[in-house]
Amino acid sequence: MIAFLAMGGYAAFVWPAYGISLACLATMVAVTVRDYRRAKAQLTYATKQK
Amino acid sequence: MMSFMALVSRDVRLAVRAGGGAALAVAFFAAAATLVPLGVGADLWLLAQIAGGVLWVAAVLAALLSLDRLFQADFDDGSLDIIALSPLSLETISVAKILSHWLTTGVPLTLVSPLLGVLFGLPAKAIAVLSLSLLMGTPAISAIGAIGAGLTLAIRRGGLILPLVVLPLLAPAVIFGAGSVLATLNTMPGGALALLAAYSLAAVLLAPFAVAAAVRLNLGG
Amino acid sequence: MQTLANPTRFMAASQSILPWLAGAAAISLGAGLVLGFAAPPDYQQGDTVKIMFVHVPAVWTAMMAYGLLALASLIGLVNRHPLADLAARTAAPLGAAFTALGLITGSLWGRPMWGAWWVWDGRLTTFLLLLFIYVGYIALWNAIEDETRAARICAVLALVGAVNLPVIEFSVDWWTTLHQGESIFRAGGPLIAPVFLWPLFLMALGYTLLFFVLWIIRIRTEILVRQSRRTAMGISA
Repeated sequence: MIAFLAMGGYAAFVWPAYGISLACLATMVAVTVRDYRRAKAQLTYATKQK
Repeated sequence: MMSFMALVSRDVRLAVRAGGGAALAVAFFAAAATLVPLGVGADLWLLAQIAGGVLWVAAVLAALLSLDRLFQADFDDGSLDIIALSPLSLETISVAKILSHWLTTGVPLTLVSPLLGVLFGLPAKAIAVLSLSLLMGTPAISAIGAIGAGLTLAIRRGGLILPLVVLPLLAPAVIFGAGSVLATLNTMPGGALALLAAYSLAAVLLAPFAVAAAVRLNLGG
Repeated sequence: MQTLANPTRFMAASQSILPWLAGAAAISLGAGLVLGFAAPPDYQQGDTVKIMFVHVPAVWTAMMAYGLLALASLIGLVNRHPLADLAARTAAPLGAAFTALGLITGSLWGRPMWGAWWVWDGRLTTFLLLLFIYVGYIALWNAIEDETRAARICAVLALVGAVNLPVIEFSVDWWTTLHQGESIFRAGGPLIAPVFLWPLFLMALGYTLLFFVLWIIRIRTEILVRQSRRTAMGISA
């Protein structure tokens, strides 16, 4: 386990790379889904107004 | 209804009158180039090494200064619509614009470059190559710059978008142009000038189509 | 009414395909990660080779996104298809994000590999300029008020950029090979062993599928926004 986390001494590079990738992809997913839900709610609201 | 040469001479006259045209570009070129030794130190060997790059970048920035006026002034007061009505195609009009821009920026910058080359400690052969590279490369700057100008002509305060869009596209010109100077200085294999010439030729031949397309889109609505 | 039929068809088609794409993306990424972490250290690069599994997919996706953006731009200019305009516009922020990710992961890979956080070789420099081109594209779109005009003008920019990018890479490559004798690391090395190839492929596939999922959702979002506007203005959808 320790050896896995140490990544042969390169832990300072490998884990941040994966961490930033995960954070970036997760943010992209979250923002995309949020914008979609918002647009959908907006349309429902606008349709109800009619 | 303007002829090609009439359009070119009109634009040159307007550029000179409006913002000092050539004088402004040259002054900026010299001022920017002069700042570098102040920032980097007076070691003439070092300055000679970076001269190609510094002077090329300064030339690009100086040429960029007057680009936003290329179409915008005419667009704002409606004269662009009238020019577009002329029997000349928009592509030809674009060539005229590129030519007039080059005459008021590229040519003066090239003429001043030997002086700046001396300031940077370049030997005679390198200065010759520097000036030649600017002569051959500045048409590309005007051509590709015109694309940016055409795309942004209707944007109110599009001041920074134009350089942002144009500068990445000018990377090859800077690379080949500055590269030719450095290659001459350090006796490396040549070829940069030939590549620059090819690049510039391609840019000048192809850009008018993109410029015309952009202007057409902005006028058409 | 023909222009309205297409968005409706797109909404229906995308609704049925999205779950499959998302599922496939998740499986691909999951499998890629498992295989990636199970892979042994490379005899040259050690465990930093594992960064390749997040770096190369990001770079590939960023470049593919630009290709799709340019293609959509061309279709929008030639066919005036409104869906093409939406496709181009929505691809840009995604592509820019993948480009930034590629640059950061590349830097983290490069530091232990070459000893430098950055080198000015052909690929990296072109990739950096790609980021600027994305940013310029987005800025230009936001600066033009009329939607259709913005789409057309940015389409011209996208195509000009597409033509220039190979030229840029060539010019930087040409200069660096002339300029220095030091070896420039080529991603992956001369041959990639299968134990590395599989995780790499699966991660790249996962990233690609994820891009398509996000892209499709964003296009759906844009269609909904336009429908909202039309409803609010009293035009029956």
